[in-house]
Amino acid sequence: MEYQLKNISRDNFEQCIKCTVCTVYCPVLAVNPDYPGPKQAGPDGERYRLKNPEFYDMALKYCLNCKRCEVACPSNVKIGDIIQRARLKYDKKPVKLRDRILAETDVMGTLATTAAPIANFMLKLPVVKSAMHSVIGVDRHRTFPRYSGRTFESWFRKQADAQETFKRKVAYFHGCYVNYNNPDLGRDFVKVMNAVGYGVRLLEKERCCGVAKIANRLIDRARHDAEINMKSIRHAVIDEEIPVLGTSSTCMFTMRDEYPHLLGVDNAEVRDDMLLATVFLCRLIDQGQVKLVFRKDYKKRIAYHTPCHMQKLGWGIYSTKLLRSIPGVDFVMLESQCCGIAGTYGFKKENYATSQAIGRDLFESIREAKVDFVATDCETCKWQIEMSAGASVLNPISVIAEALDVEATVKANQK
Amino acid sequence: MNKKGYPKSYDVIIIGAGATGAGTARDCAMRGLSTLLVERFDFTAGATGRNHGLLHSGARYAVTDGESASECIKENMILRRIAAHCVEETGGLFVTLPEDDLDYQKLFIESCQKAGIDAKALDPAEAIAMEPAVNKDIIGAVTVPDGAVDPFRLTTANVIDARRHGADVLTYHEVVGLKMSNGRVTGVEVQDRSTGDIIAIESRLVINAGGIWGHGIAAKAGIRINMFPAKGALLIFGHRVNNVVINRCRKPADADILVPGDTISLIGTTSSRVPYDSVDNMDVTQEEVDVLLREGIKIAPSLAYTRILRAYAGVRPLIASDNDPSGRSISRGIVCLDHATRDGVEGFITISGGKLMTYRLMAQWATDLACKKLGVDAVCLTAEKPLPGSDGAKDRKQTAKSHIIELSTDQKAALGRHGSLAEEIKFGDDIDDSLVCECEQVSVGEIKYAIDKLHVNNLVNLRRRTRLGMGTCQGGICACRASAIMAKRFGNVAALGDLRSFVNERWKGMRPVGWGQTLVEADFAAWIYEGVGGLDAGDLKSTKNDALK
Repeated sequence: MEYQLKNISRDNFEQCIKCTVCTVYCPVLAVNPDYPGPKQAGPDGERYRLKNPEFYDMALKYCLNCKRCEVACPSNVKIGDIIQRARLKYDKKPVKLRDRILAETDVMGTLATTAAPIANFMLKLPVVKSAMHSVIGVDRHRTFPRYSGRTFESWFRKQADAQETFKRKVAYFHGCYVNYNNPDLGRDFVKVMNAVGYGVRLLEKERCCGVAKIANRLIDRARHDAEINMKSIRHAVIDEEIPVLGTSSTCMFTMRDEYPHLLGVDNAEVRDDMLLATVFLCRLIDQGQVKLVFRKDYKKRIAYHTPCHMQKLGWGIYSTKLLRSIPGVDFVMLESQCCGIAGTYGFKKENYATSQAIGRDLFESIREAKVDFVATDCETCKWQIEMSAGASVLNPISVIAEALDVEATVKANQK
Repeated sequence: MNKKGYPKSYDVIIIGAGATGAGTARDCAMRGLSTLLVERFDFTAGATGRNHGLLHSGARYAVTDGESASECIKENMILRRIAAHCVEETGGLFVTLPEDDLDYQKLFIESCQKAGIDAKALDPAEAIAMEPAVNKDIIGAVTVPDGAVDPFRLTTANVIDARRHGADVLTYHEVVGLKMSNGRVTGVEVQDRSTGDIIAIESRLVINAGGIWGHGIAAKAGIRINMFPAKGALLIFGHRVNNVVINRCRKPADADILVPGDTISLIGTTSSRVPYDSVDNMDVTQEEVDVLLREGIKIAPSLAYTRILRAYAGVRPLIASDNDPSGRSISRGIVCLDHATRDGVEGFITISGGKLMTYRLMAQWATDLACKKLGVDAVCLTAEKPLPGSDGAKDRKQTAKSHIIELSTDQKAALGRHGSLAEEIKFGDDIDDSLVCECEQVSVGEIKYAIDKLHVNNLVNLRRRTRLGMGTCQGGICACRASAIMAKRFGNVAALGDLRSFVNERWKGMRPVGWGQTLVEADFAAWIYEGVGGLDAGDLKSTKNDALK
């Protein structure tokens, strides 16, 4: 025994004791029998792939990468990482044109915003949807997020000087969705941060976090973007000594966890300073450093949906705590379960049925909750819930911005 | 006719269904002899099922025993042809560590070449590129045509082919006496282990292929054979550490071979003389585990942190020729004894010595002698005719490619295990496609096939036919599932007792390496079977120890 003081292999898959609890928490396995499930696709399959790469099972593409298996695992096996790494390593089929289009959120966003009205109009036409369905395989049932005529970055440029007048600052990783589709969320973020006395900067250079590229096996492109992001983030955190905040749980999760685990891009020295805005705010409030004052006339019934990556980050508690702190909010906590869209996954026509089946219980409980709107930290969850549960969805930061008594908050935070 | 529906008389009865006995049954049946194979437990229950699973190139013996080395390389090449589905052509390395003498390498290569083994010196850097798991400090390396062979599959394939050629097979029938008449052996008395009934079966010739137990069988005819029981212990690691066989280039010593076998890697062996009366119960000691790890880590450093699944030991059935206390300098050569000329007892042959690699040649020698004694003129075809599973045009890859739909991992695994016989496994409905053993990817369909076609009486038999329970969880998840299928055939009471024996048998191998996740896993299994399943309840009648064998 003196020769084996620890028996943890590099990939940690052999820490699995086959308890199978991950299988119970897998949203895909419950609705798609073609998927082998996290234990099979992960640690069990890994033994076979080590024996011979021919044992790679193409059904691994059904994994959503929701990481709920990792949250469930009592042995700390990085099941989701094992599956994604196997896909990247062994799936040698060329990436489809459709997947490339879906994954290139930056490129598509830039193109679409320049002609937003046309793009939005076109993407609503049944004939266009039908053509996309049959020609490239984007499901016809999908509602596309609207593109904004003006990017968040172009709006922000006009505010940048004013932001520099604040003594304390944060850097904002806005993500593709805020930039191209929902600049309002970015403006809400700036509004809230300013109210508590923080000015906002953008990163020197920001690229897509890469979640869609990783999911679609465009690994080199993802790594390239990740390195650009990390360089900017390092500059902010180390040189400028300001934290980097985001409003998308998936972007933050990807940069914090997937960069080192899947892309081999190191982030150890700055990882603790890459936070979701709600986490940052909540901690400051808990420490008594800032205060939020809300409008007395704000009365809403709000349900919170925990995105999978939020569950993995363990940050649901922060966003819900903030929402609950709004006096006029009648808060409903939805059971934490996957909505089924998983980014680009649900847009693919072969996954549409699975995607909707996964979310069915969630949609039902949202309908039953009879709320004014749903709050969640992930944009793709928002698209899925808006399309499938008929409820409008807001980011918690937008809810805070809406409920905030800005004047009173500014006053409360002046020292 | 006895109660099994088998005739009471044969040309030849072969005792012992290890590789040698099964191979001999195949050879005899192929040459037209009416043949019965009897085995007291299950196929491969002795040394055949307790070794490295190494497809020796013979290089290991080249320096010390040129004859064995050249037998090995010839059989190695034959097995690649006739038993393709049991063999993995991994290639092998003989590496020299800084503490070893590099001069030995020269002698080694010369000896290999003399024996007809294709041994080539490699630059250490090339060897590391070929097998990244090898110690990066090696100062020399030689490639040899080593490989991996699955002894369970190999033996089963020989049994299947023997049956196809008309042989009868009785497992769980122990030879309790040899029938003698006028100084010649005229048959055997076997006891059915499930009923206790004793049956007499006549034959013109009896072949003793009982391995280390052949000593006791010969004694029943008043014949003394000096067997040399040398225990060898091995460790099984949880997954493939290496994909090329790694040997140490030095005079054979402890723990100097690391073999990739199916989903796992094996380090072995030790060698120690044990008393003859201990051969039925081999426990691995802590000292043996320590030696295996200490030496194993030297050839593949990652063994220091790779999970160990279990430890096991076998007994080399060598025939003593001198008083070597280690049992290593003894010849691995084949011993084929005609007891008529040696001891004046007609109708009795013992085939022993040798090793897994030379089982076919041993069978050929024994069958040649049998044919001569019976006046049968037939040539041996076992080196040419492929075994069931390796026959037909389809090899594993071709079969996989011929499927238009993508094969699942368990289908690929079954193809690997059964070769072309996998066609007999049902796939395509929800039940048959369900996995029983998840670690080793064994489906319900494969279990049913094994129960129907491969002489399965209990879960241990099923494990040897399919790898059920051989994976990471060591039966924790799959044993109860498999037991439910077994219960349909053998009844609930028998299945429950069998399940209990099986779980205990798995624990026996985990115990010597019971630390880290292996211990957690065992605890989890105990929780399932004792805590939830109540398998330790006192009123449960455990079956006889047979299942352990």
